[in-house]
Amino acid sequence: MESSLKNMVVVLFTITLISSAAVGGVYMITKEPIEQAKAAAVNDALNQVLPEYEATTSQTIEVNSLPIIAHTATVADKAVGYAVESISKNGFGGTVRLMVGFDTTGKIININVLEQKETPGLGTKMTDEGNVLLASFKDKNASEINMTVKKDGGDVDALTAATISSRAYAEAVAVAYEAFKVACGWQATAGDVATGASQQAEKGGNNE
Amino acid sequence: MSNNKLSLILKGIIKENPTFVLVLGMCPTLGTTTSAINGLGMGVATMAVLILSNMFIAMIKNLIPDKVRIPAFIVVIASFVTVVDMLMQAFVPSLYAALGVFIPLIVVNCIILGRAEAFASKNGVIDSALDGVGIGLGFTLSLTTIGAVREILGSGSIFGLSLGIGDYMPLVFVLAPGGFLVLGFLMVLFNKYLKK
Repeated sequence: MESSLKNMVVVLFTITLISSAAVGGVYMITKEPIEQAKAAAVNDALNQVLPEYEATTSQTIEVNSLPIIAHTATVADKAVGYAVESISKNGFGGTVRLMVGFDTTGKIININVLEQKETPGLGTKMTDEGNVLLASFKDKNASEINMTVKKDGGDVDALTAATISSRAYAEAVAVAYEAFKVACGWQATAGDVATGASQQAEKGGNNE
Repeated sequence: MSNNKLSLILKGIIKENPTFVLVLGMCPTLGTTTSAINGLGMGVATMAVLILSNMFIAMIKNLIPDKVRIPAFIVVIASFVTVVDMLMQAFVPSLYAALGVFIPLIVVNCIILGRAEAFASKNGVIDSALDGVGIGLGFTLSLTTIGAVREILGSGSIFGLSLGIGDYMPLVFVLAPGGFLVLGFLMVLFNKYLKK
């Protein structure tokens, strides 16, 4: 079609108007289903890291100046386990988010990776079933583990060629344990967690 | 006539293969082909958007003045991708969990704009849809191949199934330099043997 100032302005205006109306309309339609889907995903993760429970209550606890959400699972109003949505910002690709499940004694029941952007084939192995990282924590009491990787003098087996990712994972578990201690009333406020991940990130570690 | 339609699809796979011949969409190609399944996911998501945007642009092509066609196409494609993104997130969350990271990347994929400009703005709705299928298939096959080669060489597995040799493979193929190497060698092989 031949271009004139008038038809260019009219057509572009119409297209942007219709497009933004369409995007806005779809946003309104999908807003609720998206929230439901996200809530369902959190519930799924909770079921994987907690023993059988009837209800959960959640609270936000600040650890390392990050807001950490701790869910308390109850049966007949008695706490049976705690699930903590923990976070470390020191992964190789940015944020690593974990859901860590504790029983009432502080034993780690299971850990579920909620979000990670690590290098495929290296750091992403943290999401595999039965990986060495998970095995370093699972079914152990958090108070008995030194939550840094073996390279930094701790008890955690790092993933092959993914030390930075492993440090972030260990840091997130340590943060979760701090939040857990507050959630179950052992401590009034959470202490800060200093792990290999943050120190190495400042130094600028060069191997993942 | 039906032969004609078939060749519209086939040319996207071989003669005008978007990755190895047109060399379009290199950014998502290198970024997402770290494994075969990632390549497949990006390919399928792109194909879906490409078919729909091609059809839509073929429909409205006569209403758009020539000088503003590119901004008009970009607005249409970007809105389209955003709508698809939100709909997938709302109604097929499991599929979104697998493909979600690729959807926003599609907006900046020059294959979509390239086909809108080179094909859909000059052809009918059906032909444009078939062009989308062909180019989409070509893109999907190329990305899956690159992903598979990088995954085998870099982490010793294919589609996530371990071949038991993972510990002996050079990791560099999963990282960016390996991506360039594999892309280059596959491009040579493709143009020498397949594109006669």
